[in-house]
Amino acid sequence: MEVTQRELVTMVHGMLFGGFFLLALFGMFVLLLDRNSPGAATNQPAPRWQTIYLIAMVIVGWAAVLSGAYIIYPWYRAVAPPGADLALYPKLLLTAHPFTAGWHNFGMEWKEHVAWIAPMVCTMVAWVLLKHRAAWNADRAVRTTVLGFAATAFLAAAIAGGWGAMIDKKAPVEGGPSIQLMGSAK
Amino acid sequence: MTEIKLVPQNPANGPIAAAVLACGFGCFFLGALAVAGDGSKGVAAALNFYNPTGPLAGVTTVAIALWLVCWAVLAMRWRNKSLAFGKVSAIAFLFLALGLLLTFPPFGDLLLGH
Repeated sequence: MEVTQRELVTMVHGMLFGGFFLLALFGMFVLLLDRNSPGAATNQPAPRWQTIYLIAMVIVGWAAVLSGAYIIYPWYRAVAPPGADLALYPKLLLTAHPFTAGWHNFGMEWKEHVAWIAPMVCTMVAWVLLKHRAAWNADRAVRTTVLGFAATAFLAAAIAGGWGAMIDKKAPVEGGPSIQLMGSAK
Repeated sequence: MTEIKLVPQNPANGPIAAAVLACGFGCFFLGALAVAGDGSKGVAAALNFYNPTGPLAGVTTVAIALWLVCWAVLAMRWRNKSLAFGKVSAIAFLFLALGLLLTFPPFGDLLLGH
């Protein structure tokens, strides 16, 4: 059982960083809803596990967009030399045919930009929760606003992750040396 | 003797307002730069900080830099202030929505007349 280097990196980007980020964002949203409930308001600092959770979520979010933009996207949009196999050039493969061009012209064009909104917003939300817990607890308007931003971050991450998964099914990022994950089945 | 801890009843919301508003601005900058790069070859070339990634590198780097600068400036100005948070929140959501809308390709194409 083997994968190519580019497939492995794409898996780490989408399934490890992107997948965990999306799950963590949902968890943060639930956490924020709980803080909206009466009785949850205290002026205590965030528990240690929440601090670790929120910082890990922010790191994974930034890792997802940075690995996507600076490692995978260059493979995706590379210019093919004349006569090259377009299977190794996903953008060109998709835009070569009018029936598949929309996956790039709509899907990737949207995904590559909207994705960045999620880590920006979740950095702000995590910072408010960790540094300004007292003001957060004291003001319902603050809680509602932060909750709205968190929902937007989840939406942006879901759009980016969903399009990424669909585009990678239509024109997967492949190539590079093969990596053996397990011995061959007998 | 029992120790009594004083807890501020109305802590300043200025730093939170600064973070929220700057975040809205940052998302708007991202969308606006994405549309500008799409609509102008000159802007796209100027934003091409890293050739393998293309203009996306510049769009995101500049948007993040502007977001952080806005955050720092607003945080300094509003450090000890309590603001009408509803107004700040409304403006922040407006810019956040505009940012989201500008990243949606059909809307950008509509603005650019494509």
